[in-house]
Amino acid sequence: MADVQLGLYHHPPQMMAMDGIEARARVLGVDLSSVDLDSITLPDGEDFDILSDDEEELLEDDPHELEMGFGNTIVVDNVPIVLPEKFEKLEKVLRKILSPAGVIKGDGFWMPVNAHTNKTYGYCFIEFNTPQEAGVAREIGNGYKLDKSHKLVINILDDFERYMKVPDEWTPPEENLLNWLTDEKARDQIVIRAGPSTGVYWNDARKLKPELVCQNQLWTDSFVQWSPLGTYLATVHRQGSQVWGGQDMLERLMRFPHPQVNMIDFSPGERFLITYSSHQPSNPTSTHRIVLNIFDVRTGKVMREFKGSADEFRVGGTIGISGVSWPILRWAGGKDDKYFARLGKNIISVYETDTFSLIDKKSLKIENVKDFCWSPTDPIIALFVPEMGGGNLPARVSLVQIPGKEELRQKNLFSVSDCKMYWQKNGEYLAVQVDRYTKTKKSTYTGFELFRMKERDIPIEVLELDNKNDKIIAFAWEPNGQRFAVIHGEGPKPDISFYSMQTANSTGRVSKLVTLKSKEANALYWSPAGRFIVLGGLKGLGGKLEFYNVDELKTMATGEHFLATDIMWDPSGRYVATVVTAVHEMENGFQIWSFNGKRIYNKSKDRLFQFIWRPRPPSLLTPEKEEEITRNLGRYSQKYEQEDQDVSNQLSEQERDKRAQLKEEWDTWLAKWKQLHKEERPDRMELRDGDASDEEEEFEAKMVEVEEVVEVTEEVVDQ
Amino acid sequence: MRPILMKGHERPLTFLRYNRDGDLLFSCAKDHTPTVWYADNGDRLGTYRGHNGAVWSCDVSRDSARLITGSADQTAKLWDVSTGRELFSFRFDAPARSVEFAIGDALAVITTDNFMDHTPTVQVKRIAEDVEDQTEESALVITGIKGRINRAVWGPLNRTIITAGEDATIRIWDSETGKLLKESDKESGHQKTISSLSKSPDWSHFITGSLDKSAKLWDSRTLTLIKTYVTERPVNAVDISPTHDTVVLGGGQDAMNVTMTDRRAGKFEAKFYHKILQEEIGGVKGHFGPINALAFNPDGRSFSSGGEDGYVRLHHFDSDYFNIKI
Repeated sequence: MADVQLGLYHHPPQMMAMDGIEARARVLGVDLSSVDLDSITLPDGEDFDILSDDEEELLEDDPHELEMGFGNTIVVDNVPIVLPEKFEKLEKVLRKILSPAGVIKGDGFWMPVNAHTNKTYGYCFIEFNTPQEAGVAREIGNGYKLDKSHKLVINILDDFERYMKVPDEWTPPEENLLNWLTDEKARDQIVIRAGPSTGVYWNDARKLKPELVCQNQLWTDSFVQWSPLGTYLATVHRQGSQVWGGQDMLERLMRFPHPQVNMIDFSPGERFLITYSSHQPSNPTSTHRIVLNIFDVRTGKVMREFKGSADEFRVGGTIGISGVSWPILRWAGGKDDKYFARLGKNIISVYETDTFSLIDKKSLKIENVKDFCWSPTDPIIALFVPEMGGGNLPARVSLVQIPGKEELRQKNLFSVSDCKMYWQKNGEYLAVQVDRYTKTKKSTYTGFELFRMKERDIPIEVLELDNKNDKIIAFAWEPNGQRFAVIHGEGPKPDISFYSMQTANSTGRVSKLVTLKSKEANALYWSPAGRFIVLGGLKGLGGKLEFYNVDELKTMATGEHFLATDIMWDPSGRYVATVVTAVHEMENGFQIWSFNGKRIYNKSKDRLFQFIWRPRPPSLLTPEKEEEITRNLGRYSQKYEQEDQDVSNQLSEQERDKRAQLKEEWDTWLAKWKQLHKEERPDRMELRDGDASDEEEEFEAKMVEVEEVVEVTEEVVDQ
Repeated sequence: MRPILMKGHERPLTFLRYNRDGDLLFSCAKDHTPTVWYADNGDRLGTYRGHNGAVWSCDVSRDSARLITGSADQTAKLWDVSTGRELFSFRFDAPARSVEFAIGDALAVITTDNFMDHTPTVQVKRIAEDVEDQTEESALVITGIKGRINRAVWGPLNRTIITAGEDATIRIWDSETGKLLKESDKESGHQKTISSLSKSPDWSHFITGSLDKSAKLWDSRTLTLIKTYVTERPVNAVDISPTHDTVVLGGGQDAMNVTMTDRRAGKFEAKFYHKILQEEIGGVKGHFGPINALAFNPDGRSFSSGGEDGYVRLHHFDSDYFNIKI
């Protein structure tokens, strides 16, 4: 049977009109029913003029391979400049480095020599048999450190052509990726994944509904994620991840191939994207294989790759998905994305992103390190080492400056059972929650070590709760502030305390502001702008909400969103969303509240999987400008109030129109039905054997006066 | 107003039906005894004993003389409403689910379930005026529907039969020939099992409730989708107010999951929607289990609901209800 021709029917079979296939099959005398179309593959490089979806883009990507013949030649730069006597030795070294890639052609090695100085130019050309081999050679040799001052740079010859075409002048891309920030009504966006469709919406609180920006069925295979500054929306597919952006979010900005990717993570400054996949072991005795790729978000280039068995990645920390704690690679804070680190056994490996290699070529050795976290703003690592030697060596928390690796501060802690670290968002404070054993070692109690990062020598203060034995249920710093809230206590009604690192009468000491007794809450949600906090009673507590003003220490409002699973502030701190996601079978949907606890609108969405506010980059206004705005708030608010009024008038008008229209449509139906009903009346009567009474004859109450003469008697009345 | 709690059934309610005058309420339940109540004060008037299985639905003749019931004991029975005497029993080879008298009460449509190797059927029986002349013979048998038929009702002038059930599709059949005339659109129609179907008083439109958490309003003649009412939980029961622009939806989660969650989680609430605007206008809570049956009194001033909890609750509307304006 002619295999090649049969290949035609595949690729993929659905793409071709089936009747065309059948016709061809008849010509060739092939019984189609006996052919398993899926088992046929095309010969390499042959597509029989059937373009697959991405074929065009592939062609665009490397036209040089088709047009020119230098795809198999590489250019090696940064080679030492040598005299002819060392020429041979250098050639040997280079050949050795690149030999795993493939066979270098007979006369395929050419290192030009400067006729005047008799020295080489510091580069050479190497020709391989195939472009594939050249590609492999580039993989191997590019970035190879020959010695301290010579790091090889390898390019394919054809690529030069392409690079030359890059215009010298940078022209801004047409699509403004920050478009959404210029919304006239200053609204925030939300991505909602419900059922099979994913959509981006404006939260239009004035109009009391979300307004659709764009929607896509099957936009993602598993989940979606915003980048930390909100520029990109990442979707996750079987083949890899993609990022989207632009005015209507529909422009695909980049693809990041990574088969079976499970998880993704952006660097805080959005420069890099980490993709992660865990693959089933091929035999039962080995463990999962893990692949991590770091991509440059803008170029799509793989910057670094980590591969290994799950065992290598499963160290310390909490247990995350399939035994690995996510994120495996943790980014240093700040927008420049300079460092990231990974916890290993007795080491912390810190990489920098200029070369994507270890700082000083070696990891930080810390015996028995269990967990670490970066300051959100500075390249400082806080790490925790538990007790060793049966309690002879105390546990410790220390702060390490990167890249110098100097220890800034260290604190030894005794009889520790566990430690949790909480950074304040501005990196000004670090709270370490320490669970210690009591003397009997039968129970634990909790205290806090508070580090003041921005003060000289980083003073540490110890804070114990009024009742040391209280269990800590939640802890949260005020973003951009110096206060924090703690939920502590036992049972269904714990207490909530607020503390401040700085108050008017004691600047250097932490002091308690207030304790709220017996609250039905188990989670804390500070407004991103600080000052306000939502005390949430989720899960077992059924979705209780309390909106609290920490400046005035007053409850502003209480509410309930039954079964709420998540509470999320919008990035501006104006609205709060409470969400019931698909973990519950019913009540799926969300409600939008104002910051002070007024329910604005609700929307039910069946099978709601994800609801995420689009993050905003930090404000560009200077503190002075912000102050000025605050001062003149009255003037601004007047304008906005007018707008609000207009919108609400317009809204009620629209609503009236809509209702009138619906009523009209309904009346049309009704008239039609009445007409038909009337027409059918005789038939209905016949069906009822002439019974005239019909449903439409309404009961009528009639007043009927009946006079009846009962008896008449005549009597003569004597006078 | 306080609802009237009617306790008489020992098992979950399945169906509720008012007679034409609205003074009697017939209830069916998974216990074997259909019951009749005074629709005004909820007093129990009597029961119809004779079935040997859950009773799925019933209908009462226009003159309130006869009752027909369909039961899981593979029979549909005719009763004398006032005496409670069993007049006739239609025997089938599968449980009988939906029953309804046609205009004129000379015909009844009865559905049977898929059971063992029997496929579901829709059967039309002639109802003799004199019970002595009654036969078991079917005037028409419609087959070919896959999945249980939860409800089959007569279309205008008895010319058509409308069916709905497990396959989420509504079909209109010619009641003479048994030919399929219309089928609801897959896209705009229900996505999951249709649990209930209820007609407007003039039979011009009807409402269907589905486990896809929605109810839809259709034109009885053209099968045009007119309205959709979206809720947050599976719909087990629906009805259309005979006098006001209101529809009522009842439901809850699957009975098997009820005990696993808070009572409020199921929110066993009869929800009222504005028929034209499709907006929720209110709700009546009270049942301890999902609502399986709903019916408006023909005078539109009260309604009753039957729950998985075995209770029938009779509610008279407050005056506020009658003052709702668009």
